[in-house]
Amino acid sequence: MEDKKQESGSQPKKAITRRSFLRGAGLSTAGSVLLTTNAFAIDYNEYPVAGEEFGPDAITIKMKVNGITKSLSVEPRTTLASALRDHLELTGTKVVCDRGSCSACTVYLDGEPVNSCMLSVFDVGEKEVTTIEGIAKDGELHPVQQAFIEHDASQCGYCTPGMVMSCVHLVDNNTNPNLEDVKKATRGNLCRCGTHPHVFKATLDASKKTI
Amino acid sequence: MDTRKDKFPHGIPGHNLSEIEREIPIEEPPAWPVNDKLKVIGKRVTRIDALDKVTGKAKFTSDMKLPGMLYAKMLRSKVPHANITSIDISKAKSLAGVHAIHLIENVQKEGEENKGGKYPQVKYAGQPLGGVAAESLEIAKDAIKLIEVNYQNKPFIIDMEKAMEIGAPIVFDVPIAQQEDGGDVGEVHDGSKGKGNVRGPSTSSFFGGPRGDLAKGFEEADLVVEKTYRTQVHTHMPLETHGVVVDWRADVMTVYASTQNTANVRNEMANVFNLPKSKVRVVCEYMGGGFGAKHSAGSFGPMAATLAKKSGRPVWLMLDRQEEHISEGNRPSSIQYLKIGAKKDGSLTGIQQRSHGTAGVGLGAGVGRIAQVLYPCPNFATEQYDVLTNAGPGAAWRAPGNVQGAFGLEQAIDELAEKLNKDPLKYRDLIDKSEVRKVERQRGAALFDWSRRQPAGSGKGTVKKGLGVGQSTWPRFVTLDSSVEVKIHKGGGVEIRSSVQDIGTGTKTVLAQVVAEEMGLEVKDIKVNIGDTFFPVGPGSGGSVVTGSITPPTRNATYEAKKELLKLVAKKWEKDSSELFIKDGQVGHKTDANLKMSFKEATKLMRTSQISKTASRSDDYGGFQQPWGLAFGDLGSVQFAEVSVNTDTGFIKVDKIVAAHSCGRPLNIGQLESQIHGGVIQGVSYALYENRVMDNGTGHMMNANVDQYKVPFSMEIPEIETVIVEEYSARSSTDAYGIGEPANIATAAAIANAVYNAIGVRIHEIPITPSSILKALNKVS
Repeated sequence: MEDKKQESGSQPKKAITRRSFLRGAGLSTAGSVLLTTNAFAIDYNEYPVAGEEFGPDAITIKMKVNGITKSLSVEPRTTLASALRDHLELTGTKVVCDRGSCSACTVYLDGEPVNSCMLSVFDVGEKEVTTIEGIAKDGELHPVQQAFIEHDASQCGYCTPGMVMSCVHLVDNNTNPNLEDVKKATRGNLCRCGTHPHVFKATLDASKKTI
Repeated sequence: MDTRKDKFPHGIPGHNLSEIEREIPIEEPPAWPVNDKLKVIGKRVTRIDALDKVTGKAKFTSDMKLPGMLYAKMLRSKVPHANITSIDISKAKSLAGVHAIHLIENVQKEGEENKGGKYPQVKYAGQPLGGVAAESLEIAKDAIKLIEVNYQNKPFIIDMEKAMEIGAPIVFDVPIAQQEDGGDVGEVHDGSKGKGNVRGPSTSSFFGGPRGDLAKGFEEADLVVEKTYRTQVHTHMPLETHGVVVDWRADVMTVYASTQNTANVRNEMANVFNLPKSKVRVVCEYMGGGFGAKHSAGSFGPMAATLAKKSGRPVWLMLDRQEEHISEGNRPSSIQYLKIGAKKDGSLTGIQQRSHGTAGVGLGAGVGRIAQVLYPCPNFATEQYDVLTNAGPGAAWRAPGNVQGAFGLEQAIDELAEKLNKDPLKYRDLIDKSEVRKVERQRGAALFDWSRRQPAGSGKGTVKKGLGVGQSTWPRFVTLDSSVEVKIHKGGGVEIRSSVQDIGTGTKTVLAQVVAEEMGLEVKDIKVNIGDTFFPVGPGSGGSVVTGSITPPTRNATYEAKKELLKLVAKKWEKDSSELFIKDGQVGHKTDANLKMSFKEATKLMRTSQISKTASRSDDYGGFQQPWGLAFGDLGSVQFAEVSVNTDTGFIKVDKIVAAHSCGRPLNIGQLESQIHGGVIQGVSYALYENRVMDNGTGHMMNANVDQYKVPFSMEIPEIETVIVEEYSARSSTDAYGIGEPANIATAAAIANAVYNAIGVRIHEIPITPSSILKALNKVS
């Protein structure tokens, strides 16, 4: 808490750090975050910076997602997953366990996979977010996506975006992965339909096509 | 009756394929040849909705966002057994952003418990009590925390064996009705019979009741195996939780539902709100898994609709992970006593089965029919009891009851084989009369290399290998209330419509394949519009009924539509329409090769914008075993398991599974493999990992999350090979069936048999954990 300076003019008694929000400790008196004209939103419209304190009311922040800088009005307790799904309507990112143990919400922050359900949207800062919607470029599928289609690597499809994110990251960073590498890359991805064998096959096949 | 005779392929290619003549209704299409001679049926056709899934564009119910939509959260009981004296919602009501609160009130019925109470009695921790709709999910959650519920606690019981004791706290003082969630098929569990928490027994199925004379059977036996097997409660944990988005407008209530049964959800919602079925529309375009638990609107459906009505806004109500584990279904536990007698020659003389299981506050904890029907045996009796406990209700789970039943039966058969000094596979050749399982044993054993199996516990070293086998049967169920509409649009375009939903099994794709094959088009030419109750009613996705129920009317409607189109072409060509055909998108003539017209041109001859044909499932050729839709034949399967067991640490790894299956005429090989993988992996999980842990002291589930509820992730996935045996029985215009249940039945039994083969000590209880291995080896007490 020491590293957070209190903003003058804010409501000191109500102010709650983003971390305590993520612990679920906060009770909000904030109003709607859904309405486009949000009376409670403070016009901030900057990338949040570490060390500042916000909340509990919504403020407008900037975030770069799939190459486009977006403005969104969010309460500090908002996770990145919720910001993507509920505010930017990028619903390919799924929330399954909501506590970092299933990887369905995997997105990249500056190219590195993270669980977006475990990250405050305020912690994104100037880092660029890539979601499943940003993997195909100019309508062209990534070889992993193409291989997922060819090898029937999705069933119900709910874990698929997270699986694709894990496998794309592997294939983009390892030109010659083996089965063990694919298993390691997807070891955090929960799938209940049992797509794993076809996910493994598809990813190995895709890696051959990306060399 | 107008019938004709037609010859159909019959039997198993590479084994006993022949032809059979059937007398069929005159309007049925001609017989399809075996898959080898078809263009898109039986091939690896890519899933038609895969592109949406891999790009994140597939919109699931949980992804819905309607203008003005509110988010809802359920209020749930914090205690397992209580009367509610009061609920104070005043603080929640005044929270900014809250739009509606609804509390579930007691529907007072004569003869029921607590008939004077304002609120229903609480029977398990997590039971729904009410709900809040607010402008964000966070506000709804905050509001729930502000609601004060006063409980008058009652004694409760969680542990099943303690619940069976005299003097145990009683869960229900009154008879309870059979649980009907649309997912189970044919089991009768009567909650009005029995004493205390022990209800039943159920002693019969649609295959009949007890047969022969058990005492005589065991008298004739030279050998007897008598054992008790135990299985745990486990929860479905579909990735997308149960839930709905309800948009209730003046003339229609639209329910976007994560369901495996749109028609059933519509019926339930229409019933609860006293609306005509025509004014309730249930839509499910994509849904994130169900495995049997998602046939019903539950209490969340009516709750969302009530909140939508109160607030005048659409309401989103998806459960969270914890609620999903606690309230929305599980596979009940079992304690099964099994006694099997055999003569020295191996023939079975008697099977006696007695089971107790708990589906919490629900019924349906039987062990299925597998002991009754898998192997012919003249003397058989079963008693299956439900034990009520203060825990969340069970629900149908892939092959309800039979997975538990197979775990016991298939181990007992192995134990018998060992006593007879016979190889377990050869012993099954002797006692199993199924032709398809015979072929599966042969082909599976060859692929698996069963011949390398060594005597039990004979391996050297710390890590011991074991091989095992398990078999299963599942009835061929047909839902007769299965209808589709096929449309040809003027200027091209073919569409199929039905309320049937695709729960991830690939139903959309096989429907497109069937239409494409019959219409002489490509799969990409077919638009599949399903999962909407404004279309003809299709079956629920349960009991492996979908493929066998909906693909024959799909083909038949396509055939009718095609005939109508060909009549138009025939008129233009001045030919008889029966001489015309469509192949590769071209209309042609059987004898005059010069006559050709593209499908698209042909559709321009239509006077109206569309040709529309609706068809419903007709009776099987030659009828059913039971007129309600129990078809002849079964879905037989054989699975082989290879395990490694570390005898120092107790660590078990399933190295390989070979799964040999049949589903009549296979429609899509890739999708079948996928579904078999899923059944096997869930079987591995059932055998080794997952387990609902309840706290007997508080009545709460202790691992209602993903991190502590252990299921296999990629590192635990064995190598899986599938053998798909084509089996033609000439019973419908597609002769195809599903694979959902069969894929999951035998796995745990095969693994248990393999573990025995590895360590030489039999473990009669799942999950088989390192601890149970070490206990079995007397390495820990």
